[in-house]
Amino acid sequence: MFPAAFDYRSPASLEEALGLLTEHGDSAKVMAGGQSLIPLLKLRFAQPGLVIDIGRLPGLSGVTRNGSLTIGALTRHVDIERSKDLGGAWTIFPEAAHWIADPLVRNQGTIGGSICHADPAGDWGSVMLALEADLVVRSAQGERVIHASDFFQGPFTTTLRSDEILTEIRVGAPSKRAGGAYNKLERKVGDFATVAVAVQVELDGDKVSRAGIGLTSVGSKNIKAVAAEKALAGREPTDAVIAEAARLAAGAAEPKADVRGSAEFKKDVVRVFVQRGLKTALARAREARA
Amino acid sequence: MKVAMNVNGVARSGDIEPRVLLVDFLRTNLRQTGTHVGCDTTSCGACTVLLDGEPVKSCTLLAVQVQGRDIMTVEGLAQGATLSPIQAGFHEEHGLQCGFCTPGMMLVGTALLERNPDPSEEEIRWAISGNICRCTGYMNIVKSIQHAARARAEAQATPPAHAGAAVGGE
Repeated sequence: MFPAAFDYRSPASLEEALGLLTEHGDSAKVMAGGQSLIPLLKLRFAQPGLVIDIGRLPGLSGVTRNGSLTIGALTRHVDIERSKDLGGAWTIFPEAAHWIADPLVRNQGTIGGSICHADPAGDWGSVMLALEADLVVRSAQGERVIHASDFFQGPFTTTLRSDEILTEIRVGAPSKRAGGAYNKLERKVGDFATVAVAVQVELDGDKVSRAGIGLTSVGSKNIKAVAAEKALAGREPTDAVIAEAARLAAGAAEPKADVRGSAEFKKDVVRVFVQRGLKTALARAREARA
Repeated sequence: MKVAMNVNGVARSGDIEPRVLLVDFLRTNLRQTGTHVGCDTTSCGACTVLLDGEPVKSCTLLAVQVQGRDIMTVEGLAQGATLSPIQAGFHEEHGLQCGFCTPGMMLVGTALLERNPDPSEEEIRWAISGNICRCTGYMNIVKSIQHAARARAEAQATPPAHAGAAVGGE
């Protein structure tokens, strides 16, 4: 298989890339690592006139932890998986990265590319929703920040405009002890998730001050399980409270039956993973010395 | 458009359409056919090459994307008639049956041992998890990588002991 013909540019700066995007608009497609776009090009689901390869742009890669957290959009999955700066409150990042595709794809694919691809089976979308991350995007007009919960619109559809490029992901400092977990069920390495669940909690004493829950592969986009989050906020996370949140999260899932399982099965995996993820995340938050 | 890269230590270039995949550039333009096309859908790892020392799937890279970078293919493993430790390991432990996945497996093993000279069995299995062996010969592939790890450790402990076996040297 090979893609339909396209023009290719590899701009030397973000400004040059944004200029090309402004000029070519919808007929151009931005490529970072290419691990989502190239398969689409090969299958000819995507036939852009121009591919703008931002993969080697300087300054858009790396993890900065300074109370809050900043991750450059071109940071590869493998760099997140192995980052020494992403323990403690941010354990969910290496834990989720470890489950993405396979080790070879993780050597090339980027967090920003994956988020902008907005596959409902994508892992980072759920992590962004659970962490209530801010997505920083640039256009020739300037910078704007899109909250993760406003970003994902539907399958492969986001609120990113055609002249914008995602440059970094920002997550605010956790105010209290925080912990997270990512649980994923897949038939084999590299398969799309059957179900995955991202959970992030913050503790204030014995009570949950904030809970974030993102669901992967159980709807037309990554789903933020808002009712489940509310059921945890301000409460002591007893087994009964956790079970109720898990039930609410399963209710927010809208899976379709496919070769990976029935809708009922997938909803129940959501329930189990929310329960399991909350217990892991709470244990990690209790250990944290933030 | 013009593309230039370093393949197995040799500067190579071509004038190609941007849509040419790296695996096709290697096989068709450079006639280096050790890099295989298996699934052609980023699943199997038969097309694995090392990009600046790290394994990637060359069916899911454009040749123009690796402009100016270092590529290693299976053809770059042996030094003349001397097999690399990984190749010697696959030879000694019968790490291949049909051989189709072998270039990818050996390159993943090579990169793993560079990063982690003494991997556990689980670490080896995780490292090769993006590479599929249709003969299901995983047991011997793992043993082959373990063999290479031991050979590398011994070579470092007693320099200048040879790291690999000579081709055909039984």
